Amino acid sequence: MRLLEVENLQAQFRTPEGINRAVDGVSFHVDEGETLAIVGESGCGKSVTAMSLMRLIPEPPGKIAGSVRFRGRDLLQLSDREMRAIRGNDISMVFQEPMTSLNPVLTVGRQIGETLRLHQGLDKEAAEARAIEMLTLVGIPEPARRVREYPHQLSGGMRQRVMIAISLACSPRLLIADEPTTALDVTIQAQILQLMLDLKQRVGAAVILITHDLGVVAEVAERVMVMYAGRKVEEAPVAELFRNPRHPYTQGLLGAVPRLGSSLTGAARRLAEIPGQVPNLKRRIPGCAFAGRCSLATDLCREVAPGLEEKSPRHFAACHFARKDAIAA
Amino acid sequence: MNAPLLQVNDLKKHFPIRGNLFGRSTSRVYAVDGVSFEIARGETLSLVGESGCGKSTVGRAILRLFDITAGQVVLDGQRIDDLSPDRLRRLRRRVQVVFQDPFSSLNPRLRVRDILAEPIRNFGLAKSSAELDSKVAALMDTVRLSRETLDRLPHEFSGGQRQRICIARALAAEPDLIVCDEAVSALDVSVKAQIVNLLQDLQHEFGLAMLFISHDLAIVEHMTHRVAVMYLGKIVEMAPRQQIFAVPRHPYTKALLSAVPVPDPTVRRTPMILKGDVPSPINPPSGCRFHTRCPFVFNRCRTEEPELRQRAEGQWAACHLDTLPEVQ
Repeated sequence: MRLLEVENLQAQFRTPEGINRAVDGVSFHVDEGETLAIVGESGCGKSVTAMSLMRLIPEPPGKIAGSVRFRGRDLLQLSDREMRAIRGNDISMVFQEPMTSLNPVLTVGRQIGETLRLHQGLDKEAAEARAIEMLTLVGIPEPARRVREYPHQLSGGMRQRVMIAISLACSPRLLIADEPTTALDVTIQAQILQLMLDLKQRVGAAVILITHDLGVVAEVAERVMVMYAGRKVEEAPVAELFRNPRHPYTQGLLGAVPRLGSSLTGAARRLAEIPGQVPNLKRRIPGCAFAGRCSLATDLCREVAPGLEEKSPRHFAACHFARKDAIAA
Repeated sequence: MNAPLLQVNDLKKHFPIRGNLFGRSTSRVYAVDGVSFEIARGETLSLVGESGCGKSTVGRAILRLFDITAGQVVLDGQRIDDLSPDRLRRLRRRVQVVFQDPFSSLNPRLRVRDILAEPIRNFGLAKSSAELDSKVAALMDTVRLSRETLDRLPHEFSGGQRQRICIARALAAEPDLIVCDEAVSALDVSVKAQIVNLLQDLQHEFGLAMLFISHDLAIVEHMTHRVAVMYLGKIVEMAPRQQIFAVPRHPYTKALLSAVPVPDPTVRRTPMILKGDVPSPINPPSGCRFHTRCPFVFNRCRTEEPELRQRAEGQWAACHLDTLPEVQ
């Protein structure tokens, strides 16, 4: 069942140097209960995509076009009031920085309770009781004491647990997690990823996980979408993407990641580099956005942007040269 | 065997916490609390651990960005922790640093040419201005940046290019040792690979020793000869690369390694998930500092601090478990 269907999403920002096309015509969908990972490097538009879905981009200077259908309704057409009823209720979000995404002057309990009071009409006492339940659920010890504490009294890992508690308080259908573990240490990252997976199962929410860490993708995602310079360049089920990447950018990305244990298998070779750097998004890129760094690029690539094509079942890539398997109709 | 390039003996760095109105310190942060290691010429030693374990403090102590509380730092047979500022200045040339954030570690008002010329001039490494220019230009080649960009300002470069400038600046002083403090952590995957490869090439080319401080174990494994794992201001395990990644001895090393997500969806692992957070270095736990999170904790760990002992050739670990028969 389709939960979310995004079509030709565009997010542009007016800047003194020109229009920045942060997201340039991206389409994808998320099914009920599914985990979709959006991967890419800084500036590829993955976070702006997430913010656009939630309509968190200020307009102006931003401008969003396309359609975002959530259970049949186009979120981009809703009034602010209708949108507020969805945020934190049907769709919620966990941000990267647990230090800045919590309000420093409100207790943790108030912040968890806020969504419950707003969306579910709970009174103060009921909201606090539910906040304690949520803290227990996300594995915070002594929840009855912690509920009255302020964010600065918690460690980074605990703050991220609180963020997750807030986001799941109203049992959303879709959770958008934007680099939820990037700011955390590895041992804490392992805790938080485990927690998110457990809770997702329990609540039955779909998850959009935004990350640059291919290790996290391999562990958590079911389907992966790779973005580059504001465009979607590849999409596939996770095992397929890692086994058989089709787009040269994805191939480069996978080659550039050092793997733990490589020194033991003798596989510690030189890391594959992707030469050059990400193009300037303030200029229109007529052809393939990756052409400037791609070893296969020809004039065709520089002039004509390749469309996303199904190269094998459920595996899409936007490259003129990616091999295409015969797909039985 | 040659004497090591750098020797660190029982290094301690405690930061006082300014307490009451009169500024008397009431407590201390035990950032580094008795750390010893050596680095040979041309060798890379990596310091790994989570935030707050003291790995950056060790790096800064070696650079002498502050005075240490106790212990010794010996560079090429000479103690540098108690040198006068004047004599220290000459030694500074030999130990250079590359920091994590290439945005804040370059002066935004200086052109790249001046950024690179400064150390050459300060340490008197060029006899004429022609030699200075040619050295600066050669540095750009070394870090694979175009000589054409010498007259640009830092903001005109991308993050990866800026990190190349930082590396060139470190090389300008012709050092023996470079401290890389999370030097690739802020970079994107594809750029990170470029910089990692560059650092490895430079090490071969110039025979540099490196202290590579990082929390990213996969990168460390790729770069290093030896690894020291730190936890709450102490080294809990130190070993050559192959040994530490194949047979980690300390439970904390095991947990760290198992927590790293593997970029391969066909691998299903059961990570050893540690309970809770790292305790505060203001009031570190008694006995073994890891005992509050260790899955194998027993009574002795709570009271008696384990010593760093050699478990195998070159592999040192500080854990009471190694006095017990092997249990898996």
